[in-house]
Amino acid sequence: MTLHILGASPSDRTTFESCRDTLMDGDTLLLIEDGVYWALPQHRPELARLPARVKLLKADREARGVELEALAEVDDSGFVELCLENERSVSWF
Amino acid sequence: MRFTLVVHSAPYQSASAGTALRFARAVLDAGHQIHRVFFYREGVHNASALASPPRDEQNLPQEWRALAKEHDLDLVVCIAAAVRRGILDKEEARRYEKKAGNLAKRFELSGLGQLIEASVVSDRVVTFGGGR
Repeated sequence: MTLHILGASPSDRTTFESCRDTLMDGDTLLLIEDGVYWALPQHRPELARLPARVKLLKADREARGVELEALAEVDDSGFVELCLENERSVSWF
Repeated sequence: MRFTLVVHSAPYQSASAGTALRFARAVLDAGHQIHRVFFYREGVHNASALASPPRDEQNLPQEWRALAKEHDLDLVVCIAAAVRRGILDKEEARRYEKKAGNLAKRFELSGLGQLIEASVVSDRVVTFGGGR
């Protein structure tokens, strides 16, 4: 299983699509930095179609003042935990 | 578990220079080990001794130094990426006939081989990217 770390905002579709096309069942997608904007309502249908579990980095969401519902969040220690649960990580930026 | 972090972003270039530092702290707080932090591409600017941000802003080079001192971290800066961007230690400053070096204390210039070695011996390698 792979942890995919997406830091690019929705204005950068190419990076998202590269990430999306490599996701496998059982992978986790962690949205960090400007990547948390992918969790805004207008992008939810696209996220829902991904085979991966999607999580948000709490501090980065809070730093951007975005209020979101129904997406799992992790704090920085949870980020470390995700790295342990998955055998490898790929960063998309 | 043994981690290696790769930092591609300069301070102010993107948020990920700060994310890397936060992640490093979280790794250490959880009782894990950091084998090496490798600063690559624009990430070499985290190792500048001359960065002088306003006092009420985060000073990433200083915070990396403090964390390295506290936990005896190995902070390695890619020498080829650094020298072309004007991050030089004393020896490189002499080689390129510059008046002074500006590599901050606790950082070390070395080659890409250090990243390969770190990847081989670490359980996890996590990359923090630069912006576009």
